[in-house]
This record gives sequence, structure tokens and C-alpha cells, in this order.
Amino acid sequence: MRISPTKFISLLFFVLSVFYLYTAYNIQVFAFDENAPFNARTFPIYLGWAGIILSSLKIILPEKVTTEVNHKHLDYKSIIYLIVISLIYAAVILKIGYFISTSLFLFASYYFLGERRWGLMFILSFPFVAAFMYLLHGLLNIYLRDPFLKYIGVMG
Amino acid sequence: MIEGILIGLSTALSLTNILMVMVGCFAGTIIGMLPGLGPMTAIALMIPITYGFDPSTGLILMAGVYYGAVFGGSTSSILLNAPGIPGTVATAFDGYPMAQQGKAGKALAIAAYSSFAGGTISAIFLLVAAPSLSKVSLAFRSPDYFALMILGLTAISAFSSKGQFLKAMMMVVLGLMLATVGQDSLSDITRFTFNNMNLTDGISFVLIVMATFAMSEALTIIFRGKDPNRAAKQISLTELGSIKVNKEETIKMAKTIPRSSILGFLIGVLPGAGATIASFLAYGMERNYVNEEEKQKFGKGSVHGLSAPETANNAACSGSFVPLLTLGIPGSGTTAVMLGALLGFGIQPGPRLYQTNPEIFWSVIMSMYIGMVVLLILNLPLIPYIARILAVPRNYLIPLILFFSVTGIYLMSFNNFDIFLMIGIAVVATFLRLYDFPMPPLILAFVLGGLMEETLRRSLLISDGSPNFLWDRPITLIILLITITIVCWQIFSTFRKKS
Repeated sequence: MRISPTKFISLLFFVLSVFYLYTAYNIQVFAFDENAPFNARTFPIYLGWAGIILSSLKIILPEKVTTEVNHKHLDYKSIIYLIVISLIYAAVILKIGYFISTSLFLFASYYFLGERRWGLMFILSFPFVAAFMYLLHGLLNIYLRDPFLKYIGVMG
Repeated sequence: MIEGILIGLSTALSLTNILMVMVGCFAGTIIGMLPGLGPMTAIALMIPITYGFDPSTGLILMAGVYYGAVFGGSTSSILLNAPGIPGTVATAFDGYPMAQQGKAGKALAIAAYSSFAGGTISAIFLLVAAPSLSKVSLAFRSPDYFALMILGLTAISAFSSKGQFLKAMMMVVLGLMLATVGQDSLSDITRFTFNNMNLTDGISFVLIVMATFAMSEALTIIFRGKDPNRAAKQISLTELGSIKVNKEETIKMAKTIPRSSILGFLIGVLPGAGATIASFLAYGMERNYVNEEEKQKFGKGSVHGLSAPETANNAACSGSFVPLLTLGIPGSGTTAVMLGALLGFGIQPGPRLYQTNPEIFWSVIMSMYIGMVVLLILNLPLIPYIARILAVPRNYLIPLILFFSVTGIYLMSFNNFDIFLMIGIAVVATFLRLYDFPMPPLILAFVLGGLMEETLRRSLLISDGSPNFLWDRPITLIILLITITIVCWQIFSTFRKKS
């Protein structure tokens, strides 16, 4: 038996709702709140049941409108590259600071998306981020933590 | 009242104050366009600057910033599908497709005209009916709010589902589930945090909206390997930025604006998520008003679909000043910051403000209107240049969208957990979008989740746990009956299609 992707997603949502409901029933509430008409677990319990009912209906009811996606035409390679770069960016932003990490992220993204005009890639990464940081930090006085710029004395 | 209006007008039209409105509109537009920085942040940033001014000038500057930031938010919604504030999410439904078709300038112009018209009509309402409307604001109780939110969520599921109502409702539940992460507002008990300190404060709106709209849009574009802005790039820059609106489009706007203004203003008067509910409901209402042919255009760049939420959004912004100025109750985060600023100036908003400081009461109302006029005059000539963003090649535009999304999150929390979470949600959202699971219901549910739980809690506590609160009051009952009608209509139309 072949299960359609929509029904598969609904099945995942059903599992999520069951887990959510289980966690909702286990929320610790204060002893005096235990039998109150409404406590911290009431709303999540309603939501858990709503999720279970809706996803069950989606799984059970026949599907007349099906969404077909041709996976052969999807560019998995580029998207994996971009997600990996984003994850690396998130991992290093606190360590090497906003300026360097963001500039490198932009530069690498341009590269992996097929851009090869090095000059433009450079301008739209390092000077662009510097100008953006100046707008935020210098003009709008919005603090941006950057240990590297602090170390070289550019930021206070 | 006429005397008051004249006092307000003379204060607002002084050279210094006009200059302040202009500076405020310009700064607000720039700040509003930046990710994660909405009107609330923009006004908060202005507070220290205004301390040296007299109260009227300070408030006039803030009114300019407010409207500028709302317009700036609409700009990023239309051009990049990256709404920075909840009130402009509905603008992206038709504004973004219109921009992709090479009508970016036109989309921005329609948004500007609609905002202006909505603002004008609501400013008139504000002038005429502000004191008496405060009673409406107080007439709404928790059960009515709860029912109104249920209606808002059902309506958005109905119009964004494209015939797949169950999928949209599942997204509503998912949005509400995400909203419950973090501390419970009353008991401070942490829920669904799995002992992770980063989740204690909950998930931020900017994170959810950037992940499900901006970032997932960027990932979808790469995934499909097609440039959605191809149409925009094939035409000349002059045509792309053209702000000309033809006669047919003007007629469409003229039909949409009055009804959306009234709806927006009335919902804005109610304390709560005014502009957000107003824009979504106006979009849904407009879709029901238009004929079948126009209905098919919704979500694909409809003029009605763009004009309605923009009008309602701005009208609600003016409406939200009613409870602030007449009752001293801020109806939204932005007006709460405004309340703080007023208190900083030594002004206590409330029923007596009208008598004790009439020049402030009227000058704020007049300056809000002048702010809108200035905004239109300042921004219309800039639209052709702003619209050129869409002519940027895909290889540059996608990383820049990702950059703005990540920066928006980083500016709010300064930790990388939120960035990881955003990437995760964006990947899930990309797959959900691929299989036609709509994102707007998820966003609205997430925005309303906290307020919905609070009103349900109050209603259940008042009725001692009984569900009677749903039909005890006529307002609640009427709203619920409308909701039931929408659900029944969806079920009926699904079966009709199948048969």
C-alpha cells in the first residue's frame, strides 16, 4: 500500500500531537491549582486533542485533491549546501563575532549558488556588512556583540 | 470639538512639528524595513531623543515613526515576503505575488494609497467618535475576545486553504502549540521547554515569521530551481518601479477601502492584537465580497487582496489610539510604548486628558493624519528605487534574505540557539509548503495563541469551568454562529466539489 505524502505528513502530525498531549498531561501544576477550572495544562490538553482529531480526519478521509511534487526536479544539492553553511554560521557567530561570520556566510552563499564575480561578491559581503553594522550600531545605537571587532579596537 | 481640532492643527502645523513628522516618517520607514525591528522598536528608539522636546513635538515625532515603520514593514512584506510585524503578514499574500509579476512599484503604490485612505477615514472616525468609542472598547469581554479569535483563525483557514480546510486547521493547531512553549503567563510554570533555558521565554514572533515566510521562501526558490522574480527581471526598471494605477484598479481600491477601513478601525479600538486580526479579517471579508472571477485571483496578486489588509491595518493603528487616549489602556505593544512615553512627559492618558490637556489630545490626532500625508508625499517618489530590489539576481537576493532573517533573530536574542531553531523550523516549513500546507494560519495562530489562552482562562474561571460563556452573551453567540457558518460552508463546498 502506498501512502501519499500529505497523509504521511498528517501521520507525523498525529504522532506529534500524541507526544504533545502526553507532555501536556505531565505539566507540573501547583497543588492548589490541580482542580481549578483552568490551569497551565488545560489549553495544551485541548490543543493536543484537537491535533489528534484533525490529523486522524486527514488520514481517514479519502483524498480527492492530491499534491504531486516531482522530486527529480528539486535541487537538493544547493539546499543542503545552504543549510550546512547556515548551521556553521549559527555555530560560529558567537565565537568569531557578527562581522566576520556574517561576511563569510554571505560570501560562501554567493559562491555555492554559482556566483563567480569575485569583486561584487566581496563588496556585497564585507563592506556591505560593515555598512549595515554602522547603521545599527553607529546610527541607531543598537548593540551588536562582536568580540573580534572589540579585540581590534573598532568597537567599544 | 472644532476649537480642539483647530488647537491641534495649529500645534501640528508649526514648522518644528512638520519637520519632526518628516524626520519620523523617514526614520520609521527605514527602521520598519529592517528585519526584526517593527514600530514598537522604532518608537522605543525615539523615546530618549524626544525627552528634550515639548510633549506635543515628541508625540508628533513618534506618530511619524509609527506610520513610517508600518509602511516600511509592508515594503519588506511585498518585496521579500518577509513581514517584520504581524500586522503586515496579510499584505504579503497578494503583495508578494504582484511584485513577482513585475508590478513591484504598483504593489507598493497600492499599499501606500490604501494605507493613506484607511488612515484618513479612521482619523475622521477618531476625531468624531473617539470619546464615545471608548465605550465599545469596554463592552468587549473575555468570552467575546475568545470567540473573535476563533473566528479570525477559522476565517484565515477558510480563505488560505485552497479547498483543503483540514490542512489549514492543522496548521492553526501547530501554531497554537508553538505559542504554548515557554512560561505560562499566569502561573509562570514552564511548558514544553524540555529543560532548555533558551525556550523559557517562548519562541519569538520574528523567529517564526522569518522561518516560515522569508527563510522558507528563499529555500523553496532554490529547491524548485526557478527564479520567481523572473517576470520582474524581464521588464525594464522603469516599468518595474512604475507606480501608475489604472482606472480599473482604482475602482477596485475604491470599493475595498471604505469597508476595510470601518472594519479595521472598529477592531483596532478593541484592546488586543488589533492590527493583526483586522488585516486578516479584512482580507477574508474582501474575498467574500468580490465576484467569483476576482476570488480566483486572491493569493495571485489581487488588487482587492492587497488593498484590504493594508487599509485595515492602518485603520486599526489609528483605532488603537482610542483606548490609549480616552481610557489610558494600551491596546497593543506599540501603544504600550507610547503610553510609557506619555507618562515620561508627565501626561496621564485617560478620560480627563481630553479636558486637562486638549492641545495634546488633539495635536496627537492631527499629527497622526499629517504624518500619513507626509508619508505618502515622501514615499511615493522613493517607490521606483525601492522596487529595484527585485531586479537583484537570485544568487545575491537569496543570501541577502537569509542574512536579514538571521540578523533579525540575532538582534533580538544574541544567542545562536534561536538561529538553529529558525533553520530547523524553516526546513520543516519548506517541506510543508511543498505539499500545500498553508503558513498564514500557523502565523496568526501563533500570534493569537497567548491572548487566546488568557481569554479562555478568564472566561472559564468566570463561568466556573462551564462552557456556558460561549452562548451567555449575545456578542459571543453571534461571533460563534458566524464561525460555525464558515466551517459548515467549508464542509459543504468540499462535498459539493467531490460530488
